[in-house]
Amino acid sequence: MMFVVGTAAVLLALVLAVAAALRGPTVFDRLLAGNTIGTLAILLLAVFGFWAGRPEWLDIALTYGFLNLIGTLAVLKFFRHGDLAYDVEEDGAIDSEASS
Amino acid sequence: METFVITVLLTLLAIVTVAIIRQRNMYSVVILSSVYSFLMASVMLVLDAVDVAMTEASVGAGISTVILLATLYLTGTREYPTARGTGIPLFVSVVVGAALVWGTFELPAFGLADTVIHKHTAPLYIEMSQKHQMPPNIVTAVLADFRSFDTMGEVTVIFTAGIGVLMLLSGRRRRDEVEVVKVTESVETFGDDVADENEPDGPNGSAA
Repeated sequence: MMFVVGTAAVLLALVLAVAAALRGPTVFDRLLAGNTIGTLAILLLAVFGFWAGRPEWLDIALTYGFLNLIGTLAVLKFFRHGDLAYDVEEDGAIDSEASS
Repeated sequence: METFVITVLLTLLAIVTVAIIRQRNMYSVVILSSVYSFLMASVMLVLDAVDVAMTEASVGAGISTVILLATLYLTGTREYPTARGTGIPLFVSVVVGAALVWGTFELPAFGLADTVIHKHTAPLYIEMSQKHQMPPNIVTAVLADFRSFDTMGEVTVIFTAGIGVLMLLSGRRRRDEVEVVKVTESVETFGDDVADENEPDGPNGSAA
């Protein structure tokens, strides 16, 4: 029963997050909503796994967490540098511009 | 419970798909397609196909997002509406989709153990994987032991494709570096006039 309620709550949050992803006026709003959806997918995996009697799915939830983090970081790096393998010196120049 | 979860997830998938079609900013399209992959992975998870869900999440939401963003960096980020009509493509899509749905009517019910595909080689796999002390997960045993050469071929194909993509992306960057060298050489050799001509085509102009 507890897992059913948990799954329903996660699904409701998923609906809200998708609504935010569709509405978000800027790209960063959508990115935040996308990150939230990834986190909710992890929660759904965990709760549904316990409901289905497969608690070992938690290991896969850990891998999902890494993927979500790396994906968001990659997208943000592209926004900032336009490249995954950016030049460190160039980055320092941008930082000094931002601080001054 | 499974039916309810799958219904909600598939409804969200349909909504996200329509949003992807209507969206014109390509960055938003990339993020929404990553959202699509996470939802699809959740559907596969509820259908008890955790390995497929894992692949969908890592390839769909991870790698292809990065590759699409790299493509957007090389091209533009805005999609302009096409001048051509959408009637014929829509008709073809609807007909192909209807044919696929029609094809599913002949399939046996989901999870039915009494069908042909579960009677041909599956009992042999189950029996042999226990007999030969293979991994406890029979799907893993089939992929990594019974069909290991097949899996090795698949891995080779994916590895080759990855190397090809890397070569394509790095080849572009090397050409940029060559252009930089050319511009600096021409600055040293011919002076300011040639440098002014070259600058708009240089990497600084295209990166901005």
